[in-house]
Amino acid sequence: MRVLLIDDEKELVSTLSERLDLRGIANDWATSGEQGLELLAAKNFDWVVVDLKMPGLGGVGTIQAIKRRQPQARVMLLTGHSAAEDLKQALEMGADRYLVKPVDIDDLLALMQQGRD
Amino acid sequence: MRANLQLWSKIKPAFWDRRDSDLELLNYRRLWRTTFWLAVAVTLTPLMFLALINLYQFQQQYQMQHGEITSHLQRLMAISRVQISDFLDERRAALTYVSLANTFQELAEHRHLARVFSRLRQSFGGFVDLGLIDAAGIQRTYVGPYNLQGRDYRDQDWYKEVQIRGIYVSDVFLGHRNFPHFVIAVRHERAGEEPYVIRTTIDTGRLNELLRATDLQPSGDIFLVNQQGVLQTPSRLYGGVLAGFSLLSGPPAEWHGIREVADNQDRRLLLGLARIQGTPLTLVVVKQPQALLHKWDLLRINVIVMVGLSVVAILVVIWWVSSTLVNRIYDADLRRASMLHEAEYTNKLASIGRLAAGVAHEINNPVAIINEKVGLMRDLLGVSQDFAHKEKFLQQAAVIQDSVRRVSEITHRLLGFARHLPLRNEEIYLEALIREVLGFLGKEAEYRNIDINLMIPKEIAPIQADKGQLQQVLLNIINNALAALESGGEINISVAEQPGDKVAISIADNGEGIPKDHLQRIFEPFFSTKGEKGTGLGLSITYGIVRKMGGRIEVESEPGEGTTFTVILPRRQPTSNQPAPAAV
Repeated sequence: MRVLLIDDEKELVSTLSERLDLRGIANDWATSGEQGLELLAAKNFDWVVVDLKMPGLGGVGTIQAIKRRQPQARVMLLTGHSAAEDLKQALEMGADRYLVKPVDIDDLLALMQQGRD
Repeated sequence: MRANLQLWSKIKPAFWDRRDSDLELLNYRRLWRTTFWLAVAVTLTPLMFLALINLYQFQQQYQMQHGEITSHLQRLMAISRVQISDFLDERRAALTYVSLANTFQELAEHRHLARVFSRLRQSFGGFVDLGLIDAAGIQRTYVGPYNLQGRDYRDQDWYKEVQIRGIYVSDVFLGHRNFPHFVIAVRHERAGEEPYVIRTTIDTGRLNELLRATDLQPSGDIFLVNQQGVLQTPSRLYGGVLAGFSLLSGPPAEWHGIREVADNQDRRLLLGLARIQGTPLTLVVVKQPQALLHKWDLLRINVIVMVGLSVVAILVVIWWVSSTLVNRIYDADLRRASMLHEAEYTNKLASIGRLAAGVAHEINNPVAIINEKVGLMRDLLGVSQDFAHKEKFLQQAAVIQDSVRRVSEITHRLLGFARHLPLRNEEIYLEALIREVLGFLGKEAEYRNIDINLMIPKEIAPIQADKGQLQQVLLNIINNALAALESGGEINISVAEQPGDKVAISIADNGEGIPKDHLQRIFEPFFSTKGEKGTGLGLSITYGIVRKMGGRIEVESEPGEGTTFTVILPRRQPTSNQPAPAAV
């Protein structure tokens, strides 16, 4: 399983990446949607974890682009809060699961496992 | 004064005492006064005008009637006076004839005088006795029922008077037989003869008959009085012969004609007086004009009563109409103002909500970083070899993670409250929601040593409602309950199923309670008993939200025992918005 993490908070995304590394999960990380899409062009990912609120392309824009380029990749949306309108839009755009920040890594892994079945 | 105040408190319009300074779009009291008095002026002025014209006409009629009665009385008095004079003149003339037709010597003879007396009785009637008095004042001959022969009248007043005036008519007096009569004496004087006096006593019975024949029934009376105002003939109204006549203050001779007087019962009477010339007698006629004018009075009273009743009816109707009208205007204004304020308040809440959401979101990001960093620290510690204080480090990390969770709970709660509008439907587990609300207020209750008990059956199914709004409703009501409680009080929150697919959430406190007159008004905007501290909007907005949700609020309160608010909500909202996505 290969995971791509996209979040504008570098400290967050890098730390999360390190924790996944420790659990033996291959992953890459990016601090913007655009950067993430570049990585996505180079490799295939099973899961892409995307923050909802980001400058530039933003969460929703990024998800749309991902779904266009790699429809098989599953998308996990990270959100500061489950604001219904945003979530609804994101889920409609193709996000498969969502998690509310701060993320419990065990919840993240459990959801990913479920999604794979 | 107190009775007036009580009456006023019963009839005053409902809006009268409501002084909501935020709502003074109009001066409702002035509006009411203007409406009331204008309507009163417009309706009552013509009515009063008509009534006055009517009364004036009655007055004219009354005076005309009064004049007729007076002139009738005058005629009657004139006729009676002539009759009385004639009666007396007849007797006097008879005596004069006796003196002319007979000489002193003839009359002095007892048999002759008895014959003359007998003839007089036969032809005139009323003669009781007949006597002949010589120039020395001694009764020479007497015919009659008394023993007056040889009586000396020389020093008596009547004898002196007849010597001077030639004739004398006495007052009425009661003789030995207790029979009213009076005396007529005539002096005879002819050249070459000794003067003498013929004296006779006359029974007043004939006089009474004459007066009685005058028709003055039923409210009038006619009789004779003497110079001292003593009755000379019996009166129907003022007593028998020789009784005093109270209506005359002075001697009757002082005035003549008809005038209006008041008797001792303050009844207005017409009193007519006429002197009978050559006698001490005065004819008195008394008439109660009221008796004749009665039907005019009745008509006048009818008019006054009808006008009075109309005025009362008109005032009642105008009172009712003005009060209803101004009450409705007041209510409409109140509704409009409360809607405006509600919108304002909601906007304010939304702004505060947005601000809180922004702050919460900003805090959430660093918290998420802390969370990941601590997570990484624990991960690394987990795979590290033992070193000094490793366990201690792990414990510290766990505490930091726990604190992070608490911070994130707070930020999520803030974000949860931020979402208010529009009304959305979510599946809500009431117990969880109530616990969440108590999360905000629990601390205050704890500090003040107030027990909050939840009695929520496990089988209560979730309801569809807007979470934020319902939180707001419960927050307001529980807040009020806390405000009503002293330290050591108790709040019982229970949820129960209601028929018709509804649930009832009851919040009962054992605080001070709400007075009955406040109970009607607690949901009105700006009604507050907290003074400066309260806006008077909390319960009004709560009420608005619950109504919008298709529910209702019931309040029961007993001053001194506590208050129970019950929010009854339909399980499903009337306007069904799409449900929020559930976590997958």
